Amino acid sequence: MEINRKYTFENRRFVIGGAVVLLVLVFIVRLFFLQVVDNDYKAWADSNAFQKKTLIPSRGIIYDRNGKLLVYNQPSYEVMLIMREVQPFDTLDFCHILGITKDLFVKRIAEIKNRRLNPGYSSYVPQVFMNHLSAQECGVLQEKLYKFPGFYIRNRTIREYEYPYAAHLLGNIGEVNRGDIEKDPYYVQGDNAGRSGVELSYEEALRGVKGVEILLRDAHGRIKGKYEEGRYDVAPVSGKNLTLSIDMDLQALGEKLMQNKRGSIVMIEPETGEVLCMVSSPSYDPNLLVGRQRGKNHIMLSKNSDKPLLDRSIMGRYPPGSTFKPTQALTFLQEGVITTGTLYTCAHGYTGARNGKPACHVHASPLNVTYALATSCNSFFCWGLRDMIDSRRRYSSVGEAFEVWKNYLVSMGYGYKLGIDLPGENRGFLPNSEYYNKYYGKRWSSSSVISIAIGQGEVLATPLQICNLAATIANRGYFITPHVVKEVQDTPLDSLYTNKRYTMVERKNYESVAEGMRDAVIGGTCRGAAIPDIEVCGKTGTAENPHGKDHSAFIGFAPYRAPKVAICVYVENGGFGAVYGVPIGKLMMEKYLKGELSEESKLLEETMSKAVVSPNVLSLPNREL
Amino acid sequence: MYRQTFYLYRIVSYRKTEIWKTVDWLTIILYVVLVVAGWFSICGASYEFDNVGLFDLSGRPGSQLMWMGLSVGLIFVILMLESEFFDVFAYLIYAGIIVLLIVTIFLAPNIKGSHSWLVLGPVRLQPAEFAKFATALTVAKLMNTYGFRLTTPKNFLLVLSLIFLPMVCILLQQETGSALVYLAFFLMLYREGMSGYILLSGVCAVVFFVVSMKFSEVMAGDTALGELLVSSLILLITLILIQIERKDTRAIQVISGAAGIACLGGYVASFFMPVDYSRISIGLVLLVACYLVFLSVRNWVWHYVLIAVFALGSLAFMYSVDYVFTDILEPHQQVRIKVSLGLEDDPIGAGYNVNQSKIAIGSGGLTGKGFLNGTQTKLKYVPEQDTDFIFCTVGEEQGFIGASVVLLLFGFLILRLIVLAERQSSTFNRVYGYSVASIFFFHLAINIGMVTGLTPVIGIPLPFFSYGGSSLWGFTILLFIFLRLDASRRER
Repeated sequence: MEINRKYTFENRRFVIGGAVVLLVLVFIVRLFFLQVVDNDYKAWADSNAFQKKTLIPSRGIIYDRNGKLLVYNQPSYEVMLIMREVQPFDTLDFCHILGITKDLFVKRIAEIKNRRLNPGYSSYVPQVFMNHLSAQECGVLQEKLYKFPGFYIRNRTIREYEYPYAAHLLGNIGEVNRGDIEKDPYYVQGDNAGRSGVELSYEEALRGVKGVEILLRDAHGRIKGKYEEGRYDVAPVSGKNLTLSIDMDLQALGEKLMQNKRGSIVMIEPETGEVLCMVSSPSYDPNLLVGRQRGKNHIMLSKNSDKPLLDRSIMGRYPPGSTFKPTQALTFLQEGVITTGTLYTCAHGYTGARNGKPACHVHASPLNVTYALATSCNSFFCWGLRDMIDSRRRYSSVGEAFEVWKNYLVSMGYGYKLGIDLPGENRGFLPNSEYYNKYYGKRWSSSSVISIAIGQGEVLATPLQICNLAATIANRGYFITPHVVKEVQDTPLDSLYTNKRYTMVERKNYESVAEGMRDAVIGGTCRGAAIPDIEVCGKTGTAENPHGKDHSAFIGFAPYRAPKVAICVYVENGGFGAVYGVPIGKLMMEKYLKGELSEESKLLEETMSKAVVSPNVLSLPNREL
Repeated sequence: MYRQTFYLYRIVSYRKTEIWKTVDWLTIILYVVLVVAGWFSICGASYEFDNVGLFDLSGRPGSQLMWMGLSVGLIFVILMLESEFFDVFAYLIYAGIIVLLIVTIFLAPNIKGSHSWLVLGPVRLQPAEFAKFATALTVAKLMNTYGFRLTTPKNFLLVLSLIFLPMVCILLQQETGSALVYLAFFLMLYREGMSGYILLSGVCAVVFFVVSMKFSEVMAGDTALGELLVSSLILLITLILIQIERKDTRAIQVISGAAGIACLGGYVASFFMPVDYSRISIGLVLLVACYLVFLSVRNWVWHYVLIAVFALGSLAFMYSVDYVFTDILEPHQQVRIKVSLGLEDDPIGAGYNVNQSKIAIGSGGLTGKGFLNGTQTKLKYVPEQDTDFIFCTVGEEQGFIGASVVLLLFGFLILRLIVLAERQSSTFNRVYGYSVASIFFFHLAINIGMVTGLTPVIGIPLPFFSYGGSSLWGFTILLFIFLRLDASRRER
């Protein structure tokens, strides 16, 4: 029995040995699942240990057409602190340097430590205490920084605008919001992106490409160095520089002339479609919307009743008034409704509708198209419109006739967005036959809509569209989509901004209209636009305005034979076109074509820039213009 | 006393030269490989970004290197000693260690909640690490005495008290993990003739507890998974016991058949009504118990009743665990147990260690990130990563392959120790050898189980890998005394 027992016990070594083998096997299987089968742990490990530090590229610089620096990046400074490294210091001295109160200091510290407001808080990681410090503020702090352990200064860049002009056009940048981040995964919280103007429409070119630096972060969030000596880091690519087609001197003059007025000046180089200047008044200094004061200033500007944030040149919808008459002349000539020899009578008003309206001023009668443009005769164009859309010989119905009329205007750039490279362009308004059908039923004729022949009534256009008409006439029949960016660094310009867009009207008809506009300057309504040695062409506009005084408008181009510039001036409530539109247009063209204003013109410049049309505008922050 | 003085004299005068021929070189090679691998792991675990000097004595790799050097001295001394020395001085060593353990309770400063470190100037010593070999020697000596029979209650209690005395001292030092290691002696006692039921009950109690806790609120369809698993385990063990004790094939067939029919019945019934398989399984256990009692009466043998008692006792244990857990334990204790069983997700609290440890090991992949390239361990995401959680570094930097190799090396070492123990002619040597193997087995099971999230978090070091002089020396002495005994096994 004893021997038998002993034998049994010896066999127990197999039980124990088996347990050892089983244990090792269980562990190996477990490791296999942890390490080979399950991939979650690798991802966890990466999110544990890697801190991907984004390297922000420097934003593209913006120049004007003559190479003048307009927008650039300026160093800005942030005060950072690492809570764990902070030791007792002279809080009052610190607050004094930064120009803040002790209460604010205490509040900021509490905000930083509040994990609800600041989810990524760690006492080991630098936190932003205050941002957008100027170089001067930073300099003072830097000198005394040794007194404040745990505080650091970090460099950032902000946008700086060299001139106080062209705020609408250049636009500004601001921090992205949740919507931006959802739309474009490129952005993360805290990034800046273009908010308006060129900064917005060329955002992708300007912003460049972010780089990344993979850092190792320990269990306390402290950075311990680069992962694999930076082998997987990606260097940022700087944003592309932009050269605008804008002439900043011209823009400055325009903004000066438009002081204390509401309205717009747009100038286009007809041959290229390049916008030479684009004034929207009232305006503001773009530097207002930079840095710490951005929010406050933005509210101030958006609350102003004169809407300084509105870019009137592309967003303002105005009745074109008599500046519309060339389009009518072109349409009638092309459709064969009139010829250059066709004469209409004018009895101080249009008699076709039997009430003598629209009225007209005193001039010779009957008259042909060239003379009608020169004197801006209302009746001529009303007769023309009547002969066109009431003609059942040509068109089967008034609706069909009107559609033809509308298509001419669409081909000239009205009724739809032109497609300028700026955000927020308005399409204006052009009625179609359906619109009138709805309004009048099927029974309507030229008499119902007669005021559109002279640019009143339903027709609305942006100053850009109006200027584009001048450019089309200057080109005798085509335009190139207006654009403000002449060149994006290392990138060819979009063909949209190089292709000619022909209208439905032949060149010879344009010659007649150009001649009429030339005559308007020589002996018609635009005599004030004449510039010595330059054959200026022009057309005034006095747009009736149901809300107040008439708007003063002017379109023109020069020189007559080989046009270098087309212009539209629109001054809200400026009265007759000749009062503000013509002189401002003349000054702008003279400045652009001659480089300098003559002595005589300088006096005019003084008068114009001092003239107050909209007294409200004075309440805006003063700019040194 | 005379004998002891005599041997003391002989230590000095005796020069043994053939020791290098008789010592087991295979074990020594395994030892060297493990210690060196351990040192590389410590390099990875204690990597500092600012200071890369691996041999700088102020850093941990440097210190470990120094202790490894001193271990070589220790090994030399142990192998040079007369093999009888350990037999002769066993009680004296044991008594000395017990005194040291008691002194430690009162003198040790509080280091991370434990009072187990004696601080002597720059040196810190953990006596608990040295109590293992002393206890093993004493137990071996006691069981080697003439006429010793483990099965007599008096002798068994004597052995137990020798094991529990250091265990209690260490518990009082707030070192629960190190104290639990003494349970490893039961494996040795099992080999030496202790009833397998004691070991089985202990193992079953732990397994049933963990399983029923882990799946206590898990439902598979309409089945309470925890109860199903435990009762199925009970059935399985019952069958095994019948086979071992009675070789009663007929009874096994009857029970298996009944289980099969019950499963089929439950499956068919599940088409008509919700079926909780755990109920079927528990009912089956009760029926089997009745059947066993019937067999016992019919054949007039004890064994069936004993097995029935085991089955019913296990069921009772399962229900009482549930009751104790939900009705007696405080909520925070419940949370702690659940977290350590990996039941509750608590990645920043108590479960942080295990979670980070799994992340570190899991991120190693098949081949690992390479020496000193582990991000998780280098960046200190795993707490205690150079001591108790050192295996994370192996897993992360050497991957599945490296970690498996380390596990296999440990497996070979323990199996080798069992082989060596079995070839001893004296009970003293065999008992000591099995004690060593059992202690390594226990350390491996608990430590690797803990870092891979299989067993509760019980802080004990991984032999030869975990940083620390006391631990390294403790295991070195433990192992090499056995190698010394083995080297002269033929002399006794």
